Amino acid sequence: MNTRGRVSRREFLHATLVASGGLLLSMRLGASARGAVAPAANGALNPWIGISPDGIVTIMAQNPEIGQGVKTMLPMLIADELDVDWKDVRVEQAGLDTTNYKDQTAGGSTATPTHWLPMRRVGAAGRALLVGAAAATWGVPEAECTTASGTVRHPKSGRSLKYGALLEKAASLPAPALDQVKLKDPKDFKIIGTRVKGVDNHAIVTGMPLYGIDVKLPGMLYAVYQKCPVLGGTVVSANLDEIRGLWGVRQVFTLEGGTAFDGLRSGVAIVADSWWAARKAREQLKVVWNEGPAAAQSSAGFAAQAAELAKQPPQRSLRKDGDVVAALGGAAQVVRAEYSYPFLSHATLEPQNCTAQYQDGKLELWVRTQTPENGRALAAKTLGLQPGDVTIHLTRLGGGFGRGLRNDYLVEGAAIAKQVNGVPVKLLWTREDDMANDFYRPGGFHYLTGGVDAAGKLVAWRNHFVSFGEGQRFASSAGISATEFPQRFIPNFALDASVMPLGVPTGPLRAPGSNGIAFVMQSFLDELAHAAGKDPLQFRLELLASGQPPSEGNSLNADRMRGVLQLVAEKSGWAAKRQERGKGMGVAFHYSHLGHFAEVVQVSVTRQGALAVEKVWVAGDIGSQVINPSNAEQQAQGSVIDGIGQALALEITIEGGHAVQSNFDHYELPRLTKAPPEIEVHFRISDNPPTGLGEPALPPVLPALCNAIFAATGKRIRALPIGKQDLSWA
Amino acid sequence: MSVSFKVNGKPVTVDVPGEMPLLWVLRDVLDLKGTKYGCGMAQCGACTVHLGGEATRSCVTPVSKVAGAEVLTIEGLSPDGTHPLQRAWEELDVPQCGYCQAGQLMMAASLLAAIPKPTDAEIDDAMDGNLCRCGTYLRIRAAIHLAATLPAGAIPAGRPGQASASWSIGSTDFTDFAD
Repeated sequence: MNTRGRVSRREFLHATLVASGGLLLSMRLGASARGAVAPAANGALNPWIGISPDGIVTIMAQNPEIGQGVKTMLPMLIADELDVDWKDVRVEQAGLDTTNYKDQTAGGSTATPTHWLPMRRVGAAGRALLVGAAAATWGVPEAECTTASGTVRHPKSGRSLKYGALLEKAASLPAPALDQVKLKDPKDFKIIGTRVKGVDNHAIVTGMPLYGIDVKLPGMLYAVYQKCPVLGGTVVSANLDEIRGLWGVRQVFTLEGGTAFDGLRSGVAIVADSWWAARKAREQLKVVWNEGPAAAQSSAGFAAQAAELAKQPPQRSLRKDGDVVAALGGAAQVVRAEYSYPFLSHATLEPQNCTAQYQDGKLELWVRTQTPENGRALAAKTLGLQPGDVTIHLTRLGGGFGRGLRNDYLVEGAAIAKQVNGVPVKLLWTREDDMANDFYRPGGFHYLTGGVDAAGKLVAWRNHFVSFGEGQRFASSAGISATEFPQRFIPNFALDASVMPLGVPTGPLRAPGSNGIAFVMQSFLDELAHAAGKDPLQFRLELLASGQPPSEGNSLNADRMRGVLQLVAEKSGWAAKRQERGKGMGVAFHYSHLGHFAEVVQVSVTRQGALAVEKVWVAGDIGSQVINPSNAEQQAQGSVIDGIGQALALEITIEGGHAVQSNFDHYELPRLTKAPPEIEVHFRISDNPPTGLGEPALPPVLPALCNAIFAATGKRIRALPIGKQDLSWA
Repeated sequence: MSVSFKVNGKPVTVDVPGEMPLLWVLRDVLDLKGTKYGCGMAQCGACTVHLGGEATRSCVTPVSKVAGAEVLTIEGLSPDGTHPLQRAWEELDVPQCGYCQAGQLMMAASLLAAIPKPTDAEIDDAMDGNLCRCGTYLRIRAAIHLAATLPAGAIPAGRPGQASASWSIGSTDFTDFAD
């Protein structure tokens, strides 16, 4: 990932006045600026900034908002450099617009590192234009002008002009090149670094329509889509005629799908006057299915296969440093352990949905998606259109967590709309559809051996990772990096892999890879610390001190990780922790998405095995600037609760090629009483570019919790979820 | 069947099957989108409304059972978004994705109507049926405590786009700028 600014010399700002009198600035690509930017016919404005004559600043939020706070954060960057007061800013959600915007995605905690400089430059370039306009108006050098609160001042003469009065002049000036504009010294930030509330909060607390599910268009119909209960199965035949006569039903039809899970899949669409009518009619639907090969797959079968694969030589080696066999032979203590974690569902609280209208070869979508550009390409390809024939309006997402990275529901909505033709249709999945048709976080199996020498130093580490895939390829989000920690920090290190075929779709779930791997690595590290007779936190500090220089590219930085470990130790009072049965503290760290996080969990476990998570301390290093402290705290606390919820109770069990759990009665997301009553969040400011926070605080909390349970009970959690295990102690 | 009842003080009559859940009548017939669908089986609380003053899961409430009753939705919690809970929610910046919050607010409003100054345990009891997938629970608890201290109908809380004053939430000691 490129963590620096991505504006090239060929990009520059183009300024123009629009009919409404607002100044619009847009980033242009290429040497030739196109003509004036006008509001698009559908009402979606393209550029970032508009300033009305009365000084109200409208900033377009270009990325999908999934609850990570980006609709507030990106405009903060622009507004601060533009030098306007936040109270004068109004934020609007942009639609997909690849002409004017880049990287309109929500995923991988990338918005901050990708846009930190470009969005500031957009604001700074706007400010430079307005300063130029004021200087030209007064006939004074630009250098003598200052700005504050949406006003340009000339202190020497005491003159000032509000931005709103400078628009026409500014529009006539050549726009500055984005890579030439001067950015603020961080000490001069007025908005960045302050607690700014979510820009949609008022709409949320008053129940205004914001989400994909809330879209309503004139004459709109409603649809449900029945796919094969076995993942990957296809329709053979269905009682369509019987469904046609049911209350409210307008159309019933079969769609032929391809074989890709993230494309259009085979199913039966029921289109009705209301969603309830469509859903009720579906109860009478009888479909003959060709179930396909996944019908033979199950979680129990995967576990049995993994156990078999573990007994055999690994299919391939991902990394080999030193001589693990010799080092284990000479080790004072050798520890062997098997770890596993289950499949998980994203379970966004808003079920997947897509509203679409197809007319005269054009497709218009109102949709919750984290990857609108991919969605447009997929819809165009599937419907036989050009991408330019597809318009995407972005709605707020009622949770993302990676589910919206795949556009399977988007293309379903588009295909149904094409069949209905001319009338808008809202496809809405039931909760059961949602849980049955996810791209699940894949389960995984790790067979570990570690060795410590007589001095308690970790000298050897071997992991045979049994996962899913074919040949050299891992299934989506089922892989592991050859340089995953503790590689680089142990002289004798071997990472091997074997895979088994999978007919169930998998995909990224918040902190993909890391959300399972951190549990394994940091739990096993804890086992080795105890074998070495060392304090688990001290053992980790020593391990990080023994590291080699960082490898090329983005990877764990030992200094930064030691920093957050020391910070979390200090804040949690680790050194003075009680040694008492039934009480325990656990520590873990993990690097992901450019963020370094260390966390401590404190638990109590009764003799009967009732677990309570009492408190969590989070220490993170996300660089030189916490852009919005209020949201940063929220993301970290939410990640902790998400991770604890996964560890305690969450599991998708595959049987007969489908998920057994179908709703929240058996997929028990964490509730208020499962959340720790206190979660302290601390940031260690470091001299690095600011990075994202939607994901990296999640992975360490799972092993920190499991390590705390061990400290309290002596019971080592080697398989998730914890809730399936007996924690009682005597 | 034709069913008449009141929504947010306004009389309405709808002509739908009696088994149609109140949730879908509100959302798709009356076009009140604030009440959300999450599970359809009273497991998540996103669809919570007040029925005759009682917090009720509208996704499992057939509209036939609502005949003649008073229904209050998030849109009617206050005329202008100034219910103490709405102000507290904005003040403490509670929402992340925000999808569950209408249900959380309606549940909390029913709690405060019964217990004006609830303890943590009373909040836990009342709110444990409402899922928040983003995990905003600590701020939800803090905002209910804050709302309990706010007079009804006071000055609205900050609007979108306004930088906020800093609030201490629970015992969280935030943003320690260590070197």
